[in-house]
Amino acid sequence: MAFNEMLGSDGGVRAPYAGVSRWLESVNLDQLDRRRAEAELFYRRGGITFAVYGDTQGEERIIPFDIIPRILAGKEWNVLAKGLEQRVKALNLYLADIYSKQESLRAGIVPEELVWQNPAFRPEVTGVAVPHGVYVHIAGVDVVRIDENDFYVLEDNARTPSGVSYMLGGREICYRLMADLYGAHNIAPIDHYPDELFSTLCSVAPQRAGESPNVVILTPGQFNSAYYEHSFLADKMGVELVEGRDLFIRDDHVYMRTTEGPKRVDVIYRRVDDDFLDPLVFRPDSMLGVPGLFNCYAKGNVALANAIGTGAADDKAIYSHMPEIVKFFLGEEPILKNVPTWCCRKPDDLAYVLEHLSELVVKEVHGSGGYGMLVGPQADKAAIADFKNRLKANPANYIAQPTLALSSCPSFVEKGIAPRHVDLRPFVLTGANGVKIVPGGLTRVAMREGSLVVNSSQGGGTKDTWVIDL
Amino acid sequence: MRIKVQHRTTYLYDAPPSSIVQILRLTPRNYEGLQVRSWRIFLDHDANLVPGEDAFGNIIHTLSLNRALDDLTIGVEGEVETTDTGGVVKGAVERFPPGLYLRDTPLTHADDAIKAMAHDVIGAKEGLDGLHALLSTLHETLTFDGTRTDVKATAAEAWAAKGGVCQDYAHIFIAAARSMGIPARYVGGYMLRTDMQQQNAGHAWTEAYVPSLGWVGFDPANCISPTEAHIRVAMGLDYLGAAPVRGSQSGGAAEQLQVSVTVGQSRRQQQN
Repeated sequence: MAFNEMLGSDGGVRAPYAGVSRWLESVNLDQLDRRRAEAELFYRRGGITFAVYGDTQGEERIIPFDIIPRILAGKEWNVLAKGLEQRVKALNLYLADIYSKQESLRAGIVPEELVWQNPAFRPEVTGVAVPHGVYVHIAGVDVVRIDENDFYVLEDNARTPSGVSYMLGGREICYRLMADLYGAHNIAPIDHYPDELFSTLCSVAPQRAGESPNVVILTPGQFNSAYYEHSFLADKMGVELVEGRDLFIRDDHVYMRTTEGPKRVDVIYRRVDDDFLDPLVFRPDSMLGVPGLFNCYAKGNVALANAIGTGAADDKAIYSHMPEIVKFFLGEEPILKNVPTWCCRKPDDLAYVLEHLSELVVKEVHGSGGYGMLVGPQADKAAIADFKNRLKANPANYIAQPTLALSSCPSFVEKGIAPRHVDLRPFVLTGANGVKIVPGGLTRVAMREGSLVVNSSQGGGTKDTWVIDL
Repeated sequence: MRIKVQHRTTYLYDAPPSSIVQILRLTPRNYEGLQVRSWRIFLDHDANLVPGEDAFGNIIHTLSLNRALDDLTIGVEGEVETTDTGGVVKGAVERFPPGLYLRDTPLTHADDAIKAMAHDVIGAKEGLDGLHALLSTLHETLTFDGTRTDVKATAAEAWAAKGGVCQDYAHIFIAAARSMGIPARYVGGYMLRTDMQQQNAGHAWTEAYVPSLGWVGFDPANCISPTEAHIRVAMGLDYLGAAPVRGSQSGGAAEQLQVSVTVGQSRRQQQN
């Protein structure tokens, strides 16, 4: 039985949900339905849409927003936040190590082939110093809850995690449409996220940039599924949103074309993948990057957030080594738990996984967005047979985990109010002055009854997440 | 052996680009098989040429130019002293352990056909035996023919075409070796040829890791181990990591590329 965040294990309403529970009893479904319609209108008017890869229709969709907020008590959040800070510190130390001294490899913390042969490892940046040793400036760590006390990390997204615009949009909707409930709670604010992001980015600027560095957001362009978020963040931070063609290199510095002439760029919050950043170093056919950018970066003349090569720390094969990584670099026990993981590149693990496919969740090592995964307990025979073949053909491409009983929260669905499974993606910022996390994060909810897949590309929705003082 | 190299790359632009950025890997480094006596890179226009080093230890120059030109020539002139090391590479800059050179890259990806060939040819043969067998097989199977592939061809494409140029031979060799768990890498440079001094391209070969010897050179296009006629300039996971010039231009129209390479043995009197 999954942990119900409102009703707990004994069926009584848990303290953080006292207000929500009372409120749910006082509103009728028509009122909720009207508010849901208004929320949808808010998203449509704002153009807050996303494109789904592989969808032949190619049309932009709205992510369903569930108006019933998810509640975390301040106490619960504080523990979670400590765990997140610890985890992201370890990720940064690990990356700094594999791109310099490689002590963790010599100590046997991570098998060498998971570094040297990892497609997301970028040998090109070995020996390149990054400002303040920070590689992952923005992490989106996916956590799930399985009972009163236990949070598990599902994924460390350390490349270009998205979703923060939905976190902020959800809060704005709740503030506007849920005044009754909103007013009855003491909710920790999150609307300063763009300010925190901006100061994080400024903190890693080259020294010569002085007091007010020029920060830009580099987007692959309007056809990217997260383009809305790129323009939203640029707008909120008051920085330029640029594409590769708007930038050029002169004397190992990056410049932006402006109507007043070239303007030097100090920090690039890039939402373009490593592969496409610089055709002179990575994919030669990339039109999305800036030729020569790598050289400026290697010389410390421009900062990139996130750094190049962070994917070497967040794939699902490295994931299984995170508890040891935390202990090795910080000398602490991990606060957040890791889901037991079978790495199918190991023959014994593969054999176990093939035997137990109907109980396990199988994921691609470098997959994201809920694509290419198998949820064993919910898969039919054909799907399981298909995965057996895929696993045998390319075992190293897959990991498997037990099917976790994700916690559930009351959600407003077709039938009325019912529990639905959720996860949480807090956004963890790391700059020269340490780690900052705005309280909460993006709660994703599987809107289909019983579904455990919360990804928006798979029909998942979002919820506002309230961290409250009781 | 003392060898002189002259290498000219000329770009002719139908419409001049507004800016050019290039990364040049055109400068050799000393190792036991080679001592650089003199080496310089020159341009026929005033441009920025900044020296540096990449993560693999290759010497690079970054060329940048922000004004329109009708043509650009990059010249290389140098002299080196080489010795035959029987193909064994010692004293070279090594930034990564051999395991890194098992990485898959798009250009050196072993498809099923290459995997099957590698399995047949190398099989249980160990060390040099397997690699020599691979060298012979490539020599017997492939035809040296510049019309069968282009510069972007992958190992799999070249293997399917059963031919190509030295770059393709190298990519196939690397793909096959790596698919059998043997670290392998791409080397770009020049070769002194007795049959022709004037050449229209540099040369490319490979190095594979043999635990008892270290890195050993293999020149699949010539079915030999590199000798004192080989001038090792740059090394990488594939052509892209060792390419003499990787460039990009903004604006402008299609360019014509002219390359001339002259590799000749130095005459005694020139050494004084």
